[in-house]
Amino acid sequence: MLEQLEKIRQEFAEKINEADNVAEVEKLRVAYMGKKGALTAVLRGMGSLSPEERPKIGQKANEIRDYMESIITSRTRELKEKELEAKLASETIDVTMPGTKRRVGGLHPLNQVIDEMKNVFIGMGYEIADGPEVEYDYYNFEALNIPEGHPARDTQDTFYITEKILLRTQTSSVQIRVMENKKPPIKIICPGKVYRSDNVDATHSPIFHQLEGLVVDKGVTMGDLKGTLEIYAKSMFGSDVKVRFRPHHFPFTEPSAEMDVSCWTCKGEGCSMCKGEGYIEVLGCGMVHPEVLRRCGIDPDVYSGFAFGIGIERTAMARFGVTDMREFFENDVRFLKQF
Amino acid sequence: MKAPLKWLVSYTDIEIENKEDILKFASDMTMSGTKVEGIENKADEISKVVVGKCIELYPHENSDHLVICKMLVGEDNFLQVVTGAPNARVGGFIPVALDGATLTNGLKIKKGKLRGEVSEGMMCSFEELGLDYEDYPGGTDDGVIILQDLEDFKDMTEEELDQLVGRDIMKVLGADESVIEFEVTSNRPDCFSITGLAREAAVTMNKKYIAPEIVVKEEGDEEAKKRIAVRIEDSDLCSRYIARVVTDVKIGPSPKWMRDRLQHAGIRAINNIVDITNYVMLEFGHPMHAFDRRFVRGDEIIVRRAKNGETMMTLDGIERFFDSSTLVIADKEGPIAVAGVMGGENSGVMDDTKEVIFEAALFEPVSIRMAAKKLGMRTESSSRFEKGLNAITCAMAMERAAQLVELLGAGKVLKGTVDCYPVPYEERKVPFNVERINGLLGTEIPRERMAEILTSLEFKVFDDYVVPPHFRPDIVCGADLSEEIARFYGYNNIDTRLLTGCETTLGRKNRRQTISDMIRNSAKGLGYYEALTFSFESSSVFDMLNLPNDSPLRNAVVISNPLGEDFSVMRTSMAPSMLKILSLNHAKRNESVSVFEISYVYEKKEDVNELPNHKELLSLAAYGDMSFFDIKGDLEALLDSLKIKDYSFAACKDQPYMHPGMCAKVFINGREAGLIGKVHPKVCENFECPENTYLAFVELEPVIEAAILIPTYKELPKFPAVARDLAIVVDKEVPANDVEKVILQRGGKVLEELVLFDYYDGPQVPKGKKSLAYSLSFRDNERTLTDEDVNKVMNKILNGLNTILSAEIRN
Repeated sequence: MLEQLEKIRQEFAEKINEADNVAEVEKLRVAYMGKKGALTAVLRGMGSLSPEERPKIGQKANEIRDYMESIITSRTRELKEKELEAKLASETIDVTMPGTKRRVGGLHPLNQVIDEMKNVFIGMGYEIADGPEVEYDYYNFEALNIPEGHPARDTQDTFYITEKILLRTQTSSVQIRVMENKKPPIKIICPGKVYRSDNVDATHSPIFHQLEGLVVDKGVTMGDLKGTLEIYAKSMFGSDVKVRFRPHHFPFTEPSAEMDVSCWTCKGEGCSMCKGEGYIEVLGCGMVHPEVLRRCGIDPDVYSGFAFGIGIERTAMARFGVTDMREFFENDVRFLKQF
Repeated sequence: MKAPLKWLVSYTDIEIENKEDILKFASDMTMSGTKVEGIENKADEISKVVVGKCIELYPHENSDHLVICKMLVGEDNFLQVVTGAPNARVGGFIPVALDGATLTNGLKIKKGKLRGEVSEGMMCSFEELGLDYEDYPGGTDDGVIILQDLEDFKDMTEEELDQLVGRDIMKVLGADESVIEFEVTSNRPDCFSITGLAREAAVTMNKKYIAPEIVVKEEGDEEAKKRIAVRIEDSDLCSRYIARVVTDVKIGPSPKWMRDRLQHAGIRAINNIVDITNYVMLEFGHPMHAFDRRFVRGDEIIVRRAKNGETMMTLDGIERFFDSSTLVIADKEGPIAVAGVMGGENSGVMDDTKEVIFEAALFEPVSIRMAAKKLGMRTESSSRFEKGLNAITCAMAMERAAQLVELLGAGKVLKGTVDCYPVPYEERKVPFNVERINGLLGTEIPRERMAEILTSLEFKVFDDYVVPPHFRPDIVCGADLSEEIARFYGYNNIDTRLLTGCETTLGRKNRRQTISDMIRNSAKGLGYYEALTFSFESSSVFDMLNLPNDSPLRNAVVISNPLGEDFSVMRTSMAPSMLKILSLNHAKRNESVSVFEISYVYEKKEDVNELPNHKELLSLAAYGDMSFFDIKGDLEALLDSLKIKDYSFAACKDQPYMHPGMCAKVFINGREAGLIGKVHPKVCENFECPENTYLAFVELEPVIEAAILIPTYKELPKFPAVARDLAIVVDKEVPANDVEKVILQRGGKVLEELVLFDYYDGPQVPKGKKSLAYSLSFRDNERTLTDEDVNKVMNKILNGLNTILSAEIRN
């Protein structure tokens, strides 16, 4: 009996080494350990053994069974591994071939600039306001201290619809609409299209974009204006830029200023981008004129505020190195794809 | 405003010695508010060109137009110069460009040979030095400069001229002057003058302003008012009019110093009398005029509104027609000048003028601006008057002119002025509140420093108010004082802060802005490029869109003064803008283009005094290898991304610019909200777009209304779904939409999903029919559905399809 068991074990050991796929291993398992398997048959014949022999043979048979099971398990794992390897090898592709592209479009470069500005100011607690592009003369000029006959009207050649209705020449018109409808504290920006009767060329367009800002509250100072716009400049043009404020004139702010930013290309040394000046003019700003506040029903003895206006095209041109403004409005996808 | 630097600093004790000084001056002026736009010096361009004297001249052997000159260009320094100048002559003092010289436009001069003869330099013309011969009386554009031929040098002796040999020609000609171009803002009429700029410069550089001393020497006892009377009829438009009479006038060129200053400031010298008026205008910013008294009929000057239909020829030779809004200077017979704008040709100073009436007047700014605009001639004079001048400077200008007449020996100034001054100048008090000023600026500037700044600007400072000088019409309130103080305290010395102490505000996008940005990002993800287009366009686009004559889209808001027909109406539809983009891309041979834009269209209101309606639209436009269902799928994806459930499409056969069989109206929450389809081939042709072009428009407002930003969670299903397929044959005309409606309605709430997976209309189905195949998914949230349950529902659906749409199940 013991010899028989040993023979079965040896036979199994030979055959299992020859088995080279999972199916064959399974066949062997059935042949030896299945219901009609060789080892099973031996175990079944145990009953006819003497009580002395039984534990010996039983122990041996159990040993062999454990041995077979472990061999089968490890052999199966080994073969599965090999099969998987072979499968993976057969599936190898040329990964340097181009991918199947999904088309992704893009946002317009001017709107990208506006989006970025919005983020800067939203982070500082500003809401986004808007107002009509076809606007009353009152909001665009009169309420902003630019009455009929004011020379400032010359610098903003205006498209008129009727005598009293025009295409807004500046987003500043929204300042008035906001102040008429909202009590301080007011902190808004307003990006939008503006219109001036300029013929189209590389640096002029009859339609362009501005971003207006307005803050009105108690105790707002020119120091606040400077601090706010300095943060804006550093987030848009880099944390190492320097800003400077120059006195200027706008009818609806007093004091008024223009802000220059040290050239981010040459770091203020002077280059073609800044026309050798080291600084680039980026916006106009000032403290809201007391008359403007008063006209909107805000008491200038109690409240003060500041306003600013940023040219989007100019900022985008400097940012991306675009030299011809017309390209922004042609919408050639070869242009749009670059941003 | 162009200001010759030497002229400007002559009214101050500022010292400018070199280039660095000039740059510092420019930078300081910019930072105190008078921005320097540029610095130009014609002499900077020119180097190594000196005065030479022609000693000998003989013909060139190999040329009939060239001559060879021996030139003295310095002590015992002779050069041989070959020239083709027809006017070169022995004894002529002629500029010579030496070896290594630079002429205008960067032209370099090198020693060389001309037809075999050595030429060690080049004789120069005005043009080669970047100058205009007309600025130099006696000068010519035919040949080189010969100093003694010029008016300014012709009285010099040979010895005096010899002294000039070897000297820099630009200096000798007086062309070595740095001219600073200032940007002067419209609130500072005083800075449209050299003295005004000098005053700013003095305060900026902490130096003294030295006003020109004006002393008038009158001759004889005869009084001006004996010869001329002045009457102001419309004192609302003219608050002061001063006249002076000058007799024994000798018209001639003014002296070189004056001509140089005028020329550097950009004004051409004409003759002594006209030059005096221009010089005073530049010096004080107050325009003047001179009439020939012969042509002032009736010896009376009348300042009045023009009569409708009156005409006059202005100095520029153009016949002008007036209406009563324009102020004119008239004599007894009619207008002789457009007040503050331009003189009349019939009354101006001529070569034989013997007696002159000088005018210095103060006109109302708005009327001058309107008159200049109406007549289409903005002049040096009108651009100053429209900014607001003052009665004090007006009188100073007149006295200065009288002084210059005497100084130039241009005539005899009669005694006295005729001064009509109906509205006298009144000083203004402006509240001076130190605390308010510091409060607005965010500074702690002491009162003394403020007073010091204001005093240096010629303000009179009192306890709680100041009186601004007469030349500062822009100073009316406390905020104006803040700016003056801040300018000289230094904007950049104000400490920055960030709304310290102000109420905190919440910054965010509102619902509309949030959804609009979501759409933009989704459209980008779907492969669309965002476009930006003009909101006005040509009215011819309506024809290009095949719109009928009564189409409401033709009722556009019209721009009364457009840049041209192409930009003359506000758009009523996004179609033309979008088609133009596609057309341009097609022309550039870009394959497959998809663009989108969110922008406005405008609807005219019946009442033209009201603002038009503006409607925000999302527009999609595309061409390329695609079908109607591609763009429709994109639009559906956009609506899905906003969790909009209730949207549908219905065929639209009558949109003139769309393909009648491939166009649908879009409905959101049951409301018509847009249009989608293939563009009509004729319209594609009109816009030069490819034939396979698609457009979709959706109004933003209903989208914003329907979008769900915060969805409510629905429990995931616990029971399995049962899937069934359903293929039916139905009349071709029945829209899939109708079929789906029946299925959904009959399917009830256990019908979870319905997807069309096949469409067929070939020979396998009867003619006039089509086959639609759907996969349906059923689920009950309370229990597992049995086959029997589902069969029941399927039967209901089939019954419905059969009775309502006569659909048959397909075998």
